[in-house]
Amino acid sequence: MATAQKDPVLVVLQLTGGNDYLNTVIPYNNPLYQDNRKAVGIPEGQILAFDNEYGFPPYLAPLKKVWDDNKLAIMHGVGYLDSPRSHFRSMDIWHTCEPEKVGTEGWLGRVVREFDPKKENVVTAVSFGPCLFRALAVPGVPVACVAGALENYGFLPNIQEPTQRQQVLERFSRMYQPIEGSGVMDYLGTTGLDSLKGADILKVAPSLYKSEVKYPNTSIASKLRGIAQVHLAGLGTRVFYCDHGSFDSHAGQNPLHAKLWTDVSEGLDAFMTDLRQHDAADNVIVLMFSEFGRRVRDNGSGTDHGAAGATFVLGDKVKGGHYGEYPSLAAERLVQGDLNPNMDFRGIYSTILDKWLHIDPVPIVNGTYEQPAFLN
Amino acid sequence: MAKQDDIALMAHLMRRAGFGASRDELEARVAKGYEATVEELLNPESQPPVDPYALLRYQPAALLPGGQPPMGNVNYMYYLVTTKRPLQEKMALFWHHVFATGNSKVDNYDQLLEQIEIFRNNGMGNYRDLLLKMARNPTMIFWLDNNQNHGNAVNENWGRELLELFSLGAGNYTEKDVREASRAFTGWTFETKIPRLPYGRFPWKFEYRPEDHDDGEKEFLGHRGHLNGEDIIDIIAQQPACARFVCRHLYNFFVADEPQVPAWSLEPPRDPAALDAMAKTLRDSKYEIVPVLRMLFNSDFFKNARNKHLKSPAEVVVGTLRLVGGYDIPKPGYGELSMQPSYMGQDLLNPPSVEGWHTGSEWINSGSLMARINFVAEQLGDQSLPGVQAIIGRLKAQGTLSPEKLVTACLDLLGPVEVNSDTRKELTDQAKQWGQLSWDSVPNAQTAARRATEMMQLIVATREFQFA
Repeated sequence: MATAQKDPVLVVLQLTGGNDYLNTVIPYNNPLYQDNRKAVGIPEGQILAFDNEYGFPPYLAPLKKVWDDNKLAIMHGVGYLDSPRSHFRSMDIWHTCEPEKVGTEGWLGRVVREFDPKKENVVTAVSFGPCLFRALAVPGVPVACVAGALENYGFLPNIQEPTQRQQVLERFSRMYQPIEGSGVMDYLGTTGLDSLKGADILKVAPSLYKSEVKYPNTSIASKLRGIAQVHLAGLGTRVFYCDHGSFDSHAGQNPLHAKLWTDVSEGLDAFMTDLRQHDAADNVIVLMFSEFGRRVRDNGSGTDHGAAGATFVLGDKVKGGHYGEYPSLAAERLVQGDLNPNMDFRGIYSTILDKWLHIDPVPIVNGTYEQPAFLN
Repeated sequence: MAKQDDIALMAHLMRRAGFGASRDELEARVAKGYEATVEELLNPESQPPVDPYALLRYQPAALLPGGQPPMGNVNYMYYLVTTKRPLQEKMALFWHHVFATGNSKVDNYDQLLEQIEIFRNNGMGNYRDLLLKMARNPTMIFWLDNNQNHGNAVNENWGRELLELFSLGAGNYTEKDVREASRAFTGWTFETKIPRLPYGRFPWKFEYRPEDHDDGEKEFLGHRGHLNGEDIIDIIAQQPACARFVCRHLYNFFVADEPQVPAWSLEPPRDPAALDAMAKTLRDSKYEIVPVLRMLFNSDFFKNARNKHLKSPAEVVVGTLRLVGGYDIPKPGYGELSMQPSYMGQDLLNPPSVEGWHTGSEWINSGSLMARINFVAEQLGDQSLPGVQAIIGRLKAQGTLSPEKLVTACLDLLGPVEVNSDTRKELTDQAKQWGQLSWDSVPNAQTAARRATEMMQLIVATREFQFA
């Protein structure tokens, strides 16, 4: 069995589309919750209460276990000033830490550059999603982007016959040799070789992997399984990224939200169990965020774009509990009908950078922010 | 039979002035002649428009996609892939690069598609008129906050970008000009939006509110008077910098990659003489676009600029889908196809900012390079597609293929693609592994066809193929 390296590892799970904070961490004893959620509220009898104020909906049961084990930190009221309520712009702000202008560098791309300035390990960051997330994009910083199944990752996946494939990829590598002084061709050469090298390194992971854990048959579970495979292969990957969605529940919210969170929480449960069985869980934390929360009052079958949301960090080394304050639901305290953010997301990033990855957060998140203390 | 040079030149023209062409089409165009082809491209009305009813039949949600990115992209992709007026559609894409307006803020694909339709219908008309249309375009007004630009509270967003990104370029106006231009556009807004729920989105309409317009005296680029927005646009068009700026955009898009727009005030153009000639043509024609395009496509600097442009993701995806064929109707699966440019870094209808996309080598990163290569390879590896069958048919017509001949023929039929000698050696060495390919029995023909598609996949993976 492969032994995992013990450098701290960050897994980011992006809840794309704007997760409904109110129905995820439910302030069930607040009469304003029931008043505002006549159509998409969770009935009190179904709520998995943590205490006499807050609880999860029933479909977060696997995450409730993590909470009960004291390994889930819930950050309340997360966002930033003047939340734009646009998916794309909001996501961009979370990715680049630049609320005022369009940023050119992703925060995790900067982390990768910090860890590996000489590009000695092109799989320092591995992303599981359709494209390179902006959070990971910094010009010249290689990131392995696995768009489909990890088993098929690499250039020209249609050429499968093993000898053919090997020959063709060797040709690719020779055709991409840097041509000095050629400018763009040189840049293309380096980028192509970095990607090729990444694919070459990652392809050993599935074959080394043995596990008793059954992951559910969902897209997020297969991404998390890929992350487990790469992590357990001990390839030196420090940052993993994946996404699930869409949480954009304008209509028909209840069944949609239930399905999405069932998939996420069951996938995470399998993932953490898998890592623990391989004694490879204690150097991993998972950050789960969404670009914004949703409108306090429902629209009859769903909820519209809002502002403040909840962010989660879980892992064996995480100090579980509530961090920050649930923003007031009182009408006069809302901003355009939305919860008013009272915790800056860059503070959460800063805790992770400072206390987990041990790098200076200031140049990564563009400033100093109060750090919620969910790590020792 | 057409001469190889003529085919190569025609392929270059069609890649740049359109989205590439099949070999059959290239041969037909060569027979017609280069200049005649340019004239046909410059007269899009000579060809039928895209049939929007096919879109309505197969993908009704794409007609008014509201806030759904895949549906918005299906609509746009359908036009790009099926148009018989390639230059008209390419010019619409050009103006989308220049007047970059994004769904990130607009949150309304109906409006963005309407803006593309303006580019389609007016993008080969008069630049000054198009600029005025943009000033009155509610999508642009909302994107750049001109609806917040009031007589008693000036918002400079539109006024500034009008000068910096849409007409003159940094360094050709002062901060005072930005202020005065913005004042002149106060009151240029659109009808109040009706809340979109529960009935969906409503079309936006331009509205001029004289009571919200600052009619005071202004001084803009040396002109004084009670200037209104249209006066500003006329004054802009008189500036020599304006024609040069628009032409540098055209050069960057159609001829060869320039540095990114913000660097234009610092870095000289790649070919100053070409830019001078283009700008003169544009000015002499009073900003008619067709004469400068005619001059450009017939020029030596254009003809000599083969492979000096790194293909944009839209060019990669659309060019491939048009080459392989089989995408004439917006059938199921179009949604995923239409998102492909975004996976390669060009989210159509949603550029990252008003500056538009950074082009050239900035299209490439470790994720986007693999995405583009694998997408093209997957399409060319699919022998069920008519365009792939056509290529295999042409290879078959050449009879038994030696390794050298296979490489030469595949490079030819995919472009022609020009590769350096090292690349050609690698391709040939690979073909040598397979030996001679023949078509004389069913199993041999199957092997030959498979090898041919593998060779094509290797070719589209080369660095050279990323250029147009």
